[in-house]
Amino acid sequence: MRPVKAAFARNPFGWALPLTLAVFIGPIFLGLFGTLLPAFGLQPALGSFELSFDPWHDFFNDPALTKSLRLTLTVGFGATLIAVIIGFCSVAILFGTRAFGIVRSLLAPALAFPHASFAVGLAFLIAPSGWIARLISPWATGWDQPPDLLIVRDPDAIALMLSLALKESLFLVLMIVGALGQINAGSLLRSARSMGYAPARAWLIVIAPQVYAQVRLPIYAMLASALSIVDMAIVLGPAAPPPLAPMTLDWFRELDSGRQLMASVAAIFQLLLVIGAVLLWRFGEMVVNLAVRGPLTNGIRRGWAERIAGGVGRIGISLALVASVGAILMLLIWSFAGTWSWPGALPQRWSAAMWVRSGDTLVLLVWRTAIIAIAASAIATALAIFCLEAGIGQPKSRWLVILYVPLLVPQISFLFGVQLLWNRLWLDGTMVAVTLTHLLFVLPYVFLVLSDPYRALDPRIAIAARSLGASRLRTLVRIKIPLLARPIATAMAIGFAVSVGQYLPTLFAGAGQIDTLTTEAVALASGADRRLAGVIAFTLTALPFMALALVSLAPNRLGRANQ
Amino acid sequence: MTSAGLILNDVRLAIGGRTLFDGLCLCIAPGEIVTLMGESGSGKSSLIAYICGSLDTEFDVRGSVTLDGQDMGPLPIERRRIGVMFQDDVLFAHMSVGENLAFAVPPGVTRSERQTRVNDALVEADLDGFAARNTATLSGGQKARVALMRALLAEPRAMLLDEPFSRLDATLRERVRNFAFSTIKRRNIPALLVTHDRQDKSDHVITL
Repeated sequence: MRPVKAAFARNPFGWALPLTLAVFIGPIFLGLFGTLLPAFGLQPALGSFELSFDPWHDFFNDPALTKSLRLTLTVGFGATLIAVIIGFCSVAILFGTRAFGIVRSLLAPALAFPHASFAVGLAFLIAPSGWIARLISPWATGWDQPPDLLIVRDPDAIALMLSLALKESLFLVLMIVGALGQINAGSLLRSARSMGYAPARAWLIVIAPQVYAQVRLPIYAMLASALSIVDMAIVLGPAAPPPLAPMTLDWFRELDSGRQLMASVAAIFQLLLVIGAVLLWRFGEMVVNLAVRGPLTNGIRRGWAERIAGGVGRIGISLALVASVGAILMLLIWSFAGTWSWPGALPQRWSAAMWVRSGDTLVLLVWRTAIIAIAASAIATALAIFCLEAGIGQPKSRWLVILYVPLLVPQISFLFGVQLLWNRLWLDGTMVAVTLTHLLFVLPYVFLVLSDPYRALDPRIAIAARSLGASRLRTLVRIKIPLLARPIATAMAIGFAVSVGQYLPTLFAGAGQIDTLTTEAVALASGADRRLAGVIAFTLTALPFMALALVSLAPNRLGRANQ
Repeated sequence: MTSAGLILNDVRLAIGGRTLFDGLCLCIAPGEIVTLMGESGSGKSSLIAYICGSLDTEFDVRGSVTLDGQDMGPLPIERRRIGVMFQDDVLFAHMSVGENLAFAVPPGVTRSERQTRVNDALVEADLDGFAARNTATLSGGQKARVALMRALLAEPRAMLLDEPFSRLDATLRERVRNFAFSTIKRRNIPALLVTHDRQDKSDHVITL
């Protein structure tokens, strides 16, 4: 552990690394341990110390397992593969164009769009009685009433897979845009094009492989998330049976202790599934790498490949953006809908009654959601700054991988154990427990957003301040933080958005007693009242957007400082 | 005025209301290397970008570029067949030295012929046996030679050299420069070299 010792020796922020590791790795390992014990029949709290493989036997003999597993793999691999294809093809076709600038400006708001409200809005859009069906009925479809089709919650989870793919493709484009800054993309592309290669082909051959190496970890995180998604699966996925993660959650919630033990097995199995899936994906990468070595240097300058890629990219990114905007519109319209009978494209009567009726509950939910998110993002930002000051976060640092651990390990695999941990500490069901659990998922994003601008700050500025007699802490507080005000504000806003969107961590750490906008939106999604779901989900969407809007008020001094 | 070679006719480049240069006329014959010098911000690199077709749309442009009698204006960068060697070597990090070179060989060439051309280029650049090497392991001079050979393997009709020797030390710079000049002359193509360094003299020197 030389870097830890070195960090302590070198500067006063050396404590930041062990503290962050404790905050990060501690709860995950304790949580996994807490989930692992019941999976083998060990429940010390209930006085059960006898090792048993019965829960595993019961789990593997559950009649719903095969179907649930098939759905999980379909959604996980399908959504990730489609998102990767859309992400890379869209940047290949748009890079360097004006449209690319427009898409880039829409990425941060799209990323801030919580999965739960995206799913609710999208369900309102694509359901048999949704907006799309209304817009084309009855003149194009002949439907006098909503058709009896299983578009949402279809038994094969196609709606879930495609929705997740569209949502994650925007996240991946954002990651690719970030990675482009790490390589000399413009010059590389000009160089390839000067040899006669068509723009999209040049991008796919020369830039994409280098960018892929940079976004490999986020893609693994996407795969892990898609294999274990819960909130979107509850809204858009099938129920009988659901994919593995929501099925595990159902089992955890049952009163039957046998089911709860099976849930622990399922949670551990989910982790093994993700590890296997990531290894399989890595193997796939190697196969693709071998397969494309020839085409990389076959000299063909243009052909059908980039035309197909261009079409896929254009259609994919357009669908992703239209789905996002459409989902928000749906939430807004439904929240103000008075009377809206089929097949009207818009409500026959508008009303703010639902906003007024849910006022008190809404204020309480907003307050609770915001307090947790502000606290989690503020702590995460402070930890990230201290870690960066301690010298952690250099591009080649091995510690960066640790940051991805909470994003790679399925939430369902360790949150039950974390809940037991909070229970032991008399904290379960408190805002403190929810905030600290959110911190696990907020910190990676805050760190990733902040580390590039932090490294971009000309080191001579700090050297100049230190040479004038300022201490390291004073240099940080008086020089660096003011110069980095905009990136710090952006990191906090992203952290806030991530916290606001947390479903499973809120459910487990809150022990069902702490409702936030996300838990409420998911609970209402399958209910009959679309107006109330619209109000809650739209408010859930508005919170992170407002945080991002506030960022624009922060001064932007970094560029000037480096000049 | 002969139509063979690279010809700039009455070129004006401006950006944000500021004219970088105006009325630039230049004729570079096949096998001729012209050195273009000028202070920072005088528009040298912008001129290179204009000739190769990668100039930002924010520039206000007048004039024309012709290569062997063909107007380059309507052609995108990949159709101009103008090789560019940048200040940074711009080698593709995910490809080996050999793959970087093979990438540039024109289509319609058999695999064995492609390999032959790559090997010949390596021999010519005094890099025999480097085909499988990772580009990150090359020295600055070796990278520059690979970048030049890669540009030439694409069979360009003209070469643009955008301060390609500026990052090399004095001894290495002279070696690479001599290598680049002699190689370009052997191919009998026109070349324009943009530089700050007065040592980079060629057949003609013009100043912006």
